[in-house]
Amino acid sequence: MPNIRVTVDGVRYDDQVEARNLLVHYLREQLGKVGTPIGCDTSNCGACTVLLDGLSAKSCSVLAVQADGHDITTIEGLAADGRWHPLQRAFHEHHALQCGYCTPGMILAAIDLLRENPDPSDEEIREGLEGNLCRCTGYANIVAAVRAAAAEIRAAAAAPAPRASADPVPSAAAAAPSVEATP
Amino acid sequence: MTTTPEAPNLGRAQARKEDARLLTGRTNWTDNIRLPGALHVAFVRSPLAHARITGVDYSAALELPGVVAAFSGADFADEQGSLPCAWPVTEDIVTPAHPPMAVDEVRYAGEAVACVVARDAQSAADALEAVDVDYEPLPAVLDMEAALADGADLVHADAGTNRSFLWPLTEGDVDAAFDGADVVVTRRYRQQRLIPAAMEPRAVVCRPEGDSFTLWSATQIPHVLRVMLAMTTGIPEQDIRVIAPDVGGGFGSKLQVTAEEVLALLLARRLGLPVKWTETRSEGFQTTHHGRDQIQDVSIAADADGRIRGLKVDLLADMGAYLMLVTPGVPILGALMFPGIYKMDAYSFSCTGVFTTKMPTDAYRGAGRPEATYAIERIMNELADELGMDPLELRRRNWIAHEEFPYTTIAGLTYDSGNYEAATERAVELFGYSELRAEQERRRAAGDPVQLGIGVSTFTEMCGLAPSRVLGSLRYGAGGWEHASVRMLPTGKVEVVTGSSAHGQGHETAWSQIVADRLGVPFEDIRVLHGDTQVAPRGMDTYGSRSLVVGGTAVVRACDRVVDKARAIAAHMLEAAEEDLEFSGGVFRVRGTERPSATIQEVSLAAFAAHDLPEEMEASLDSEATVDPDDFSYPHGTHLCAVEVDTETGRTRIRSYVAVDDVGTIVNPMIVEGQVHGGLAQGIAQALYEEAVYDTEGNLVTSTMADYLLPSAADLPDFTTDRTVTPSTTNPLGVKGVGEAGTIASTPAVVNAVVDALRPYGVRDVPMPCTPERVWRAVTGVQDNEGAAQ
Ligand code: FES
Ligand code: FES
Repeated sequence: MPNIRVTVDGVRYDDQVEARNLLVHYLREQLGKVGTPIGCDTSNCGACTVLLDGLSAKSCSVLAVQADGHDITTIEGLAADGRWHPLQRAFHEHHALQCGYCTPGMILAAIDLLRENPDPSDEEIREGLEGNLCRCTGYANIVAAVRAAAAEIRAAAAAPAPRASADPVPSAAAAAPSVEATP
Repeated sequence: MTTTPEAPNLGRAQARKEDARLLTGRTNWTDNIRLPGALHVAFVRSPLAHARITGVDYSAALELPGVVAAFSGADFADEQGSLPCAWPVTEDIVTPAHPPMAVDEVRYAGEAVACVVARDAQSAADALEAVDVDYEPLPAVLDMEAALADGADLVHADAGTNRSFLWPLTEGDVDAAFDGADVVVTRRYRQQRLIPAAMEPRAVVCRPEGDSFTLWSATQIPHVLRVMLAMTTGIPEQDIRVIAPDVGGGFGSKLQVTAEEVLALLLARRLGLPVKWTETRSEGFQTTHHGRDQIQDVSIAADADGRIRGLKVDLLADMGAYLMLVTPGVPILGALMFPGIYKMDAYSFSCTGVFTTKMPTDAYRGAGRPEATYAIERIMNELADELGMDPLELRRRNWIAHEEFPYTTIAGLTYDSGNYEAATERAVELFGYSELRAEQERRRAAGDPVQLGIGVSTFTEMCGLAPSRVLGSLRYGAGGWEHASVRMLPTGKVEVVTGSSAHGQGHETAWSQIVADRLGVPFEDIRVLHGDTQVAPRGMDTYGSRSLVVGGTAVVRACDRVVDKARAIAAHMLEAAEEDLEFSGGVFRVRGTERPSATIQEVSLAAFAAHDLPEEMEASLDSEATVDPDDFSYPHGTHLCAVEVDTETGRTRIRSYVAVDDVGTIVNPMIVEGQVHGGLAQGIAQALYEEAVYDTEGNLVTSTMADYLLPSAADLPDFTTDRTVTPSTTNPLGVKGVGEAGTIASTPAVVNAVVDALRPYGVRDVPMPCTPERVWRAVTGVQDNEGAAQ
């Protein structure tokens, strides 16, 4: 069995994998990184999206061996230094998730979208997330959340000081901030 | 903002408690559950729609690496029982046996015939090919009308017929209504078959624990499932614990008792080890129940001034190959809703349930009510056209006026409240109705190849399923109550146990908002527990927009009982009479005095310590309630849709969509908004995109996500939404339910718009989904190869 060396959410792994194993199976079965879900078997849904060296990739259409030598970020490793990523926060505040099954992939795909286009129009957000299906939200709140996060990321990039806007990660059940409904 | 006990939580756009774990990947989907020693199951499925099984040989599979066991249906014939149908809608309904794994005959492509159990999922899947099944093909039965003809091939030969049931209803003198009418419009509408497609595939894990079992399933109905597993397998109910962990959407598709759940339980028992199964998406499209699939023959009779006299509806409803949990009940739920919001003198309805060799149908978001709403809202537009009347004006002349509530409809339902005028007025204003009509006129006059259509849908639905006595009269096998218990802990925090089982709806947040106000405790101090029959032993689960209406009411009642108990203890603590205490913001005070007060948290601690309680008062501050609703609730609304239709290419584009819904009192506007959006997406998808297609052999053609068009963000518009608030009078919260409204209202709004755009071309219908090809055929009159003009 081939050997691979990967970094996943900041941790280095040295593993033997079956040649035919998909990256998503390596993450879920071998590493126990079950935060990345599987939604289809035809690479259509995007639920399994991760960042591969900062670019979004459907981890069900990459072989584990192809990830050798690369750096992978999953939803589990997105919050840094105890702070949520602006997209995680925006999804929370704009109610851009219901069941949450599509959410990991949606957020990671949106990160890549904003890397390429920091100030997308609604149309561009919709086109950019075309490869990620959500059955619950009807997408309107996802578009709103991505727009809001984009503005925040741009503002933070323009500001000289380290990002001041990030809030601490709310604990699972408590202290969720109250927000107004989206119009 | 921090929550003070005084701040009203009800009505606040509170961001959800559920989100933190979902946003960080700390989720507990059933497929995430990993148990030591667990074995993985894969199913051998029939490639044929209909065949006799003449042999199953899995000996070669047993030789493969990692394979532990294999079984055919025959191996479980004595213990697997028959999958349940809980809704035998008529006394003489034909309910064929439905073994979880087929024993003698398969009746739809995808039906399980054998299974392989291996040490890992991959080995189990690999071994499927090594199982040899011999089939003797039998004729596929695909077309409902042909299936009912004399001499038709039979799905279930023993039954002697493909008709499962005939369910009729007549109110008023229908013949007189039609004979005396100035106008009669008759149409046939087709509700295409849909695939619910929750994003989380189905999965089940079962662990044997001595004589008992814990079963985790991606289900909407842990409580119903437990009862049904016990009844199906004979394993005592007290020995089965069912847990619905995080569940990734359902939309009705997880309101089911499935073959795989039953077999997981039986395999765990037989092998003495935990077993696990997760469907692949393609497997799920084939074998997770489908929705809709009706042929609707509808006639409406009216006077020249538009007053409706009567309505006749005859349905053929495709059951698929077997009756599953509520398969026959779905069209019957719709039976009472065809008259919609309109007054009329007479109504007749009949529904024939038909067996075909396809995947069984069952509940899909709205379950019977979208089908009914589609038919009435579509034919109202056709009637308006026939009368040369604006479709909104026709509705105004016929709907129940707001001062007429409560109103008993021709179908015998009593609508408790509503204000169709207000919702419509608001929608018209947000939409710019007259401006868009003017633009439509201009485009028509100019012969613009891109025409504008305006679609109207003024809908209502029955929610809050359901009063148990009504369910009983409709022959449903269970009640419609819901249970809650509320426990104040010694530290003053609160646990709320609910029998509802959320899978994306945000009950943890909404229930916390209700309890926070009722008990005067901070929102953050409340934890909601659900979805585990050991933690929440009583419940009727989540479907039919029932959870807030029925489950929320149970939470309110349980809270009120906790406050009653606390009042007695507080009176004792404060040495006052109970009647002299007032309770607000979580504090008991002696009315009109400056005397010391007691917070509910202090009372809770006193109840826990139990050192000095009033006579006969039990220690601990908790209570529970089981609520059976008095009646249904009736959300309603007016949806308006503008569609641009390119008459040269058939392409449609939704230019604007306005939804004004009245779902009664709002607990959390953000969650309500989200439910409306998601509902609209699914309803629009039925109108424009989705259809489950079987080929002439009975194979599902649209069996993968590449073939079945689930809309992406790029396929859907933005929505303009607003609400009017007419509180329901059938429950103390005044809520009506919102889970299905968007789906029910939007499908006819969109198709009405598409047809409206094409009226100048003589088009009176476009079958769903209104794909570019179908629109183009409707415009040009070019027939497809089945000879249909569209
Ligand atoms: S799981 Fe669907 S795209 Fe990867
Ligand atoms: S939130 Fe459920 S699929 Fe997107």
